[in-house]
Amino acid sequence: MSSAITDLGHHHAHDEPKGLARWLTTTNHKDIGILYMLFGLTMFLLGGVFAELIRVQLIHPANHLVTPEVYNQIITLHGLVMVFGALMPVTAGFANYLIPMMIGAPDMALPRLNNWGFWLLPPAAIVLVLPFILKLFGIGNGPVDTGWTMYAPLSVQGGLGVDFAIFAIFLLGASSLMASINIVVTIFNLRAPGMALMKMPLFVWSWLMTSFLLIAVFPALIAGSAMLLADRHFGTHFFSAAGGGDPVLWEHLFWFFGHPEVYILLFPTAGILSQILPTFARKPIFGYRAQVYSYWAIAALSVVVWAHHMFTSGMPVAGQLYFMYSTMLISVPLAILFFCWLATIWKGSLTFETPMLFALGYIVLFGIGGLTGLVLADAVADQQYHNSFFLVAHFHYALFGGPIMGVIAGVYYWLPKITGRMYSERLGKLHFWLTMIGFNITFMSQFFLGVAGMPRRIPDYALQFAPLNLVSSLGAFLLGAAQLILVYNIARAWAGYGQPATSQVWEGAHGLEFTLPSPPPHHTFDEQPVIA
Amino acid sequence: MSANTAATTRRYFVPKPSPYPALLSFAIMLLAIGLALRVNGYPAGQWIAWVGLASIVFALVRWLGNVIGESEGGFYHKWEDRSFRLGMIWFIISEVVLFATLFGVLFYERNVSVPWLASLDTHFTPWPHFADAWPTAGPLGKSFATVNPWRIPALNTLLLLSSGATVTRAHHWLKHDRRGALIFWLAATILLGVIFLVLQANEFYEAYTELGLTLGSGVYGATFFALTGLHGFHVTVGVVMLTAILVRIVRGHFDPSHHFAFEAVSWYWHFVDVVWMLLFVFVYWL
Amino acid sequence: MLISGAAQAHNPFEFQTPVTPIARETLYVHDLFLTIIAVLFSIGFGFLIFSLIRYRRGRGHAPATFTAPRTPLQWALSALPILTLIFIDYVVMGIPAYHAVLSLANTRDDAGLVIKVTGSQWRWHYEYPDQGISFVSNLSTPASERDSGAPTDPNYLLEVDKPLVLPVGEKVRVLLTSTDVIHAWWIPSFGIKQDAVPGFLRETWVKIDKPGIYRGQCAELCGVGHAYMPIVVEAKSQDDFKRWVADAQTSAAQAAAVTTLSKEDLLKRGQQTYTTYCALCHQPTGLGLPGTFPPIATGKPFAAPPAMTDLLAQRGFFKDGKIVEGSVDRHIQIVLKGIPGTPMPAFDGQLSDADIAGVITFERNSFGNQTGDVVQPSTVKAARGK
Ligand code: HEA
Ligand code: HEA
Ligand code: HEC
Ligand code: CUA
Ligand SMILES: [Cu+2]
Repeated sequence: MSSAITDLGHHHAHDEPKGLARWLTTTNHKDIGILYMLFGLTMFLLGGVFAELIRVQLIHPANHLVTPEVYNQIITLHGLVMVFGALMPVTAGFANYLIPMMIGAPDMALPRLNNWGFWLLPPAAIVLVLPFILKLFGIGNGPVDTGWTMYAPLSVQGGLGVDFAIFAIFLLGASSLMASINIVVTIFNLRAPGMALMKMPLFVWSWLMTSFLLIAVFPALIAGSAMLLADRHFGTHFFSAAGGGDPVLWEHLFWFFGHPEVYILLFPTAGILSQILPTFARKPIFGYRAQVYSYWAIAALSVVVWAHHMFTSGMPVAGQLYFMYSTMLISVPLAILFFCWLATIWKGSLTFETPMLFALGYIVLFGIGGLTGLVLADAVADQQYHNSFFLVAHFHYALFGGPIMGVIAGVYYWLPKITGRMYSERLGKLHFWLTMIGFNITFMSQFFLGVAGMPRRIPDYALQFAPLNLVSSLGAFLLGAAQLILVYNIARAWAGYGQPATSQVWEGAHGLEFTLPSPPPHHTFDEQPVIA
Repeated sequence: MSANTAATTRRYFVPKPSPYPALLSFAIMLLAIGLALRVNGYPAGQWIAWVGLASIVFALVRWLGNVIGESEGGFYHKWEDRSFRLGMIWFIISEVVLFATLFGVLFYERNVSVPWLASLDTHFTPWPHFADAWPTAGPLGKSFATVNPWRIPALNTLLLLSSGATVTRAHHWLKHDRRGALIFWLAATILLGVIFLVLQANEFYEAYTELGLTLGSGVYGATFFALTGLHGFHVTVGVVMLTAILVRIVRGHFDPSHHFAFEAVSWYWHFVDVVWMLLFVFVYWL
Repeated sequence: MLISGAAQAHNPFEFQTPVTPIARETLYVHDLFLTIIAVLFSIGFGFLIFSLIRYRRGRGHAPATFTAPRTPLQWALSALPILTLIFIDYVVMGIPAYHAVLSLANTRDDAGLVIKVTGSQWRWHYEYPDQGISFVSNLSTPASERDSGAPTDPNYLLEVDKPLVLPVGEKVRVLLTSTDVIHAWWIPSFGIKQDAVPGFLRETWVKIDKPGIYRGQCAELCGVGHAYMPIVVEAKSQDDFKRWVADAQTSAAQAAAVTTLSKEDLLKRGQQTYTTYCALCHQPTGLGLPGTFPPIATGKPFAAPPAMTDLLAQRGFFKDGKIVEGSVDRHIQIVLKGIPGTPMPAFDGQLSDADIAGVITFERNSFGNQTGDVVQPSTVKAARGK
């Protein structure tokens, strides 16, 4: 029996498949984590190319880079690829790579399922963009062009790209659910002895909450998409008044998922921040408990505020008031997180390596995103902001300024651990400053555009919006170019250049993963550590 | 935080690399592409979908074969078992959300959208004669009759309820290692499930041919078939899984203390049961 | 045709000048909120910058070790920002917001005039039910301007052929709906943005202070023409408004009386109608867009999913991968009723008999089509009932 164990369960590097087969078949959480991260990076670049196309189209009025139809396809894919293709997978990659190490687990609890969860993603991405290629062969008119929110009845009316998007959502949903279940089980069942829940690093907590949210809301989007498919092809009337249905029902379903989704994107990076700040402040995290309770509060509130995206859809007064006030309430636990971060920095002994810079950038930029979110929560003022570029600016401050900055901070923070090599600090700092400058030029101008009355999702606009759009586009080119530095820095460390990293990597770093060599061995905790 | 290695002898089972998850994913992709093409009227999509489906079945069978092999090979102990249990529980929770969403849709259509449509200002509404009622086919739908809850649906309720009891019986005998009784009660459960499905299919057939109740019958038809259809799909999956378990039992798998697969399927079956009770009340009865 | 010069020259960094009570309220709220968040941000940012400078390691600061507030004073200091935020949320911001929500929702009290706005891909249809006036408002920026690459018209993309005319100083109740997808009626200087949901009615209201021309745009993605369905409102004094109503009523009566027209008139009218109503999809060339919009020119190939081409074939407009010319009757039906399940809209509510007669005559005799058919308004009128 015990020989069989060695045989089946306890394989060593020499009997593992090599090359592509290794990555396709792996059950190792580190391999899978790396796959997720590389996939996310690829999608970030793809979404970024779409973003740059948007900005080129909008650089001056009456531009004819793309037709209106293609423009709609590009913004839709930009949104979907960035949210589902880049951000969610990258943070899931961090989770897979780090959680077992952070809690002293031998691996993820369900390793094969883990592999499946990842490998559903490339097919989902292929299904999403395939219509671009089909169109070249005269099949259909390209990918989904309804905006990432896919509002019915526009999405009922749309071409076959919508069906491909629906199937992509099914795949993404299955993947996310699988990954979430796995993470929850790992955290509940595989912690090292002594690793009490309230001792877990905050990053682990943040992913526990993310997983809860995913399990609680993704099925709603899956059900909604299935209904959309039925309305499109099987004659049902879920979203059409002619049959007693209601187009606004789609909005409810989408946002019941969509609003928690923004915290699904935010949480893991809030967790990353709470790992990074203490390291470079050389001081323990402030308010560990307060942060955990804030996660709970945010998660709970996030599922009851969704209709703040629908203030102009026509809601009874009571609904307007309820969704306005409940939305405002979310700012409280988020402000507590901010407070804890600031108090962690307070009276520390600070140094400013690249991860720290991006973490501080996160605080500033997401601060702007969050505070403008508070303004959007006002039901009447939202009559002006809704679907204007003010909203676009808000959510880029929230999505790029928060999660993407956090992910980049995390990449710089753990890259030496993963590759065993330090990145170039000089280039890292350059990356940071160019990103900050480029980002603010790009999106600060969009706040003003929105206030002046420019609607979103238009390929062409009135003349009064021309100057600021030009500014925004130029900023976006700078921002995009700056990301090439990130790619270079990763590639360089990956290829084995740069200073070798020590086990602890950062002088102020704590946590189990920093007790292991850099890079850590393929199998980490065959023997579980005991946490004192 | 200080950590010192050693101390424990626990070893968690990490399976070998396996090609089936990736294979399964790409098979599902083919199915998705095929279906997406098919619903847009490209017949070629059908063939892509079939290839996908066949590969799915192949990958699943092989994958599950591995799992069964490992289970019977004694690689799973208490620790792994607990992972499977937790995993199954959270999976069922996600299923609960899925059904809850559809019940939410039913609630919304019935209590929000239909009354709203009927209460629009009669001077301006496109449907001045539409009245708030349930069931309804909506302002432009064709009229239809509904299924009488106290005939087939009530019988189906009885069937599913008793199948819940039989599967519990089977579990009981499994724990007492009485194979004969176990097989009897499990087979009875499967039989009840199959009868349920046959009756349900018959009900759908009658709905289409006699009652005029179709997917296109406004929000009533849509929510009716969405809920009962999704449930029926779950029963089908449940029956297939129960059958697989039965085959394993006949082959001598499982023992009184070690039968997670059996329990997982029976949890699933109970869950499907509970959903039916809710369906019976909210879809058929009220 | 629009009165030029009245365009609001406005500062691209601020709200457009508010001219309704709601817009003033919104601007007030906006200014208030932005001030508050600017202050909050400055405090947080100031605190951050202070720490970054003061506690640099370079200055030799030894790190503290506290992890949570301990003394009552520390607790108070920690609670203060949170309590302040709650106060701001629910008192400073919450109370004005409450009043604004109530006043926005009050569409009926003292409303003098009622209008109905219907969104369609991609134009607005305005009705004055009590006055019996109804017309469609289309983008009037010429295609040449859009293709120029360097437009010069100050109202580029914000001009329409027939603006909505409203009286000043009177509360107007606006009902909104749509015939196809969700659109949103947004006029920044009125402070309102309201979705038009197909099959439902939504309401909002305006009370305009001063005469002028106010411009806005559709604010919900509604397909390829979403950028091209502007809203222009011409606010007139009460007297001017009454005069305008009378004029509009007379010309409507005249238009309805037309039953026969010469072929030349029909073609001219048809071409105009085609350009404003059909060219967005079927293209000015009549060649459509592959995969999406079929050509009007017969004999041209059209590749699209069978789900689309089958519907065309049923109607006799598609055969062997090519567009063919179906019967006149079917043609009228298609334009009147649209092709359900596809983007081809129903025009019975938007176009007059003469316009439909014109556009069909035009289509059947242009783009290389030479059927010679002439369709008269009376024929269309008769077909409406079917
Ligand atoms: C990560 C993503 C993310 C996050 C975290 C948020 C956070 C918030 N969002 Fe945002 N939001 C989006 C992404 C996000 N949003 C997206 C993508 C959309 C548009 C989708 C679409 O239509 O396509 C959107 C749209 C959106 C709307 C809809 C507007 C409309 O459509 O008309 C609203 C309305 O209430 C809103 C509100 C909020 C609020 C109140 C928060 C709160 O959680 C914010 C709370 C945070 C704070 C209040 C900050 C506290 C900080 C301090 C007090 C100090 C800070 C200063 C320094 C330290 C320097 N958001
Ligand atoms: C995580 C999410 C995320 C991220 C990171 C971004 C990043 C960016 N977004 Fe995105 N955006 C969304 C989510 C996101 N966006 C969503 C959800 C929408 C709504 C869609 C909808 O309406 O349905 C949207 C919509 C949206 C619009 C509005 C379109 C419209 O309404 O008409 C614009 C316009 O400027 C825009 C711009 C940008 C830019 C310039 C970036 C930049 O930050 C990107 C920078 C990154 C790169 C450029 C990649 C790295 C570099 C390279 C690959 C090298 C090549 C570079 C060059 C050619 C210079 N986005
Ligand atoms: C929103 C886009 C849109 C607009 C605007 C539109 N059409 Fe169409 N039209 C379509 C589509 C899509 C089809 C194909 C429907 C199908 O595949 O069954 C179509 C089909 C047709 C056909 C039959 C096929 C053919 O090519 O001859 C005619 C005739 C037609 N339209 C006439 C018109 C006229 C006249 C107008 C303007 C008054 C108009 N359409 C405006 C989208 C549009
Ligand atoms: Cu109509 Cu956008
Ligand atoms: Cu939200």
